[in-house]
Amino acid sequence: MKGLPPVLITAIVLVAGFAACAVQFPNIASTRVVGNLLTDNAFLGIVATGMTFVIISGGIDLSVGSVIGFTTVFVALAIERWGVPPLVAVVAILALSAAFGAAMGTVIHVFDLPPFIVTLAGMFLARGASFLLSTESVPITAPIYSTVSDFALRMPAGGRLTAIAIIMLAIVIGGALLLHLTRFGANVYALGGSRTTASLMGVAVGKMTIKIYMLSSLLAGIAGIVFSFYTSAGYSLSAVGVELDTIAAVVIGGTLLTGGQGSVIGTFLGVLIQGLIQTYINFDGTLSSWWTKIATGVLLFAFIALQQGLVVLARRTVRKSAGAAT
Amino acid sequence: MENNSDPASPLLEVRGLSKSFGAVRALQEVDFTLRAGEIHALLGENGAGKSTLIKVVTGVFPRDAGIVRLGGEEVAPRSAKAALQAGIATVYQEVNLLPNLSVAQNLFLDRQPMRFGIVREGEMRRRAKALLADFGLDIDVTAPLGNYSVAIQHVTAIARAVDLSARVLILDEPTASLDRHEVEILFGIMRELAKRGIGIVFVSHFLDQVYEISDRITVLRNGRLVGERETASLPRLELIRMMLGRELAETTSVRASATEHGAREICASFKGYGKAGYIAPFNLELRHGEVVGLAGLLGSGRTETARLVFGAERADGGEARVEGATVRLQSPRDGVRHGFGYCPEERKTDGIVAELSVRENIVLALQAKRGLHRPLSRREQDEIARRYVKMLDIRPSDPERPVGLLSGGNQQKVLLARWLATSPRLLVLDEPTRGIDVGAHAEIIRLIRELCDDGLSLLVISSELDEIVTYSDRVVVLRDRAHVEELAGEAIDVGNILAAIAADDAAMQEAGA
Repeated sequence: MKGLPPVLITAIVLVAGFAACAVQFPNIASTRVVGNLLTDNAFLGIVATGMTFVIISGGIDLSVGSVIGFTTVFVALAIERWGVPPLVAVVAILALSAAFGAAMGTVIHVFDLPPFIVTLAGMFLARGASFLLSTESVPITAPIYSTVSDFALRMPAGGRLTAIAIIMLAIVIGGALLLHLTRFGANVYALGGSRTTASLMGVAVGKMTIKIYMLSSLLAGIAGIVFSFYTSAGYSLSAVGVELDTIAAVVIGGTLLTGGQGSVIGTFLGVLIQGLIQTYINFDGTLSSWWTKIATGVLLFAFIALQQGLVVLARRTVRKSAGAAT
Repeated sequence: MENNSDPASPLLEVRGLSKSFGAVRALQEVDFTLRAGEIHALLGENGAGKSTLIKVVTGVFPRDAGIVRLGGEEVAPRSAKAALQAGIATVYQEVNLLPNLSVAQNLFLDRQPMRFGIVREGEMRRRAKALLADFGLDIDVTAPLGNYSVAIQHVTAIARAVDLSARVLILDEPTASLDRHEVEILFGIMRELAKRGIGIVFVSHFLDQVYEISDRITVLRNGRLVGERETASLPRLELIRMMLGRELAETTSVRASATEHGAREICASFKGYGKAGYIAPFNLELRHGEVVGLAGLLGSGRTETARLVFGAERADGGEARVEGATVRLQSPRDGVRHGFGYCPEERKTDGIVAELSVRENIVLALQAKRGLHRPLSRREQDEIARRYVKMLDIRPSDPERPVGLLSGGNQQKVLLARWLATSPRLLVLDEPTRGIDVGAHAEIIRLIRELCDDGLSLLVISSELDEIVTYSDRVVVLRDRAHVEELAGEAIDVGNILAAIAADDAAMQEAGA
């Protein structure tokens, strides 16, 4: 059996969920709500795009939440306290993030360490560093911030497509193109299939590993900047636990946690599903926002069970055809 | 292919290649010559050195001595990738491709046709189609490779290797998981490639396939070159003798004459015992104080028989009796409970626990038999370990030394001691002299005889026919997963065993199917 590709299942869940919400609260089906959904989850969509590459390659990146937190603090301090022009601050933090990711990738490859451990160390490192910079929330008052925050494309029926939502959409599309159309993308899948085999087939495994973690951290840095636009502040405690929301979005999007399969589009749908749950809870007004976590947990579990089921099914089909051969 | 060299000239020359792993000499001054456009079978039993030779030539293992020349030029690849770049490609039994990628991506990974940094999907698909069409395959190249049968995966791997301008193609047991029809397709491809001037090394233990496809045969045994022959002028019997027998000098069993047959009590018996697709039903009687040898080629069903007898594999028909009573042998625990012991062939992976001491390894099975809630005291353990170290002459005699530091022969003795400590009635030994040096062979054989004289019943698998002949009271000969002959007494000699193995009947044609 071919079965439904996991992405399609994610899409069905999203559409069905959206329809169900719209039946109960007709206002949900408006460009306004959709615009807000994209804006509120812009940073998550960006960082989840990077995480998709990492997970498809068979790795994991636990440091992204901390990198977001560090980025907001760094940008806020640079602009407000150190008097650095905003553009310079942004370029500096992106370079720093990319270097941080490259360093983690290097350690993972050279010392052949599990990505879980290395990025866990990276997570503590980045979070600790942001506390070192400042323990309090630093508001950003630079005029460019209000300009960017206020910028939005008008959608029909009063919806607003904000600048950060546009950035996110651009990154999702760019990420999808990179993953599905380039040699780099093919190598990411190859690494997730088997590192040894990929290396035997000529893939430069070390370089790929470094680039993948560099990409993930760079996107976490961009997510951090977007987050600072969103909150107009830098705070060392921001985005705590976001790495787990991100992984959840990737897995709900149909990416195999063991690597080798997945898509950026699926991840984007996974992000929207999480956002939709949050929106529903806001509309309802009586539910605790923690229901988002519970619903995400249930969905996550369902998707992992589904993937495992598909894997078992595939294995059984293979065995059956092998048995028929003898 | 651009290779138009004289088909008789040597393409790949291996001279004096040696390789040791610790004390084990896996390859000793092996020569091998592959000519362009020939299909050359590389044969030998397990542990003969076939895979070591391949891995040394392709740079997976570094070599200790010797040279490799490719097309007259010396090469020394340091990795499989480097070997591939030099023009030596290997396709292993487990296909080394990526099942999660599409067939086309697998064929062109890291060398996809590109335009402006974008992979030209259409172009890649077209080229993949064309490449596979060359091999008689017309499949959807956009589907994941894992969706296809092993045969197609093999052909894909070969296509990739050939497209990477391989001059030497090494196929390691390519037919092991293919059915008859798929084997035909593969052979067609191999012949076609040979015609183009590619030299093909074919490793297989299916002799009829070797006779069908190969031009030349090289046989290895115990890490040494036995000889290179033209397939057409090498009778099957002669080939099997090259693979198994050392010399045909002293042949008949020493024990056989000293055996008063039938006087011994039956220890265990099996009637119509078998498992579909694993081994044909067989009858087997094992008596106290008797050694039964299992002889046959690799894959003939020797190990399968042993696993069934021990309970490591479940029979789907027939009856097993121990000391006259019907028993069910469904798991190794059942085997142990009825007083069976099993020393498997893969000592390193299935037998010893290298990090644990000699003492701990020896008491392992006994402790397991007693159960967790009745631990052996340290005094008992020391006592048992000391007794067997002395009895089997395990060296060095320090029971606290990790087993991994002992030589192969002594590791084998530790394994033996482990089972002897459980006071078994039947001991199954799978290749007890494999991978240990010649001096230790004699000692293991002496032990087998002594144990037997103490009333133990032994079932021994060995590829060393002259050894089997020396210690066996009876020899069961296997072929194509069936027991085909039982020899006893005077009839036990290397010639008779070889004749039984080589007997060319209809069943031979089915081998490999």
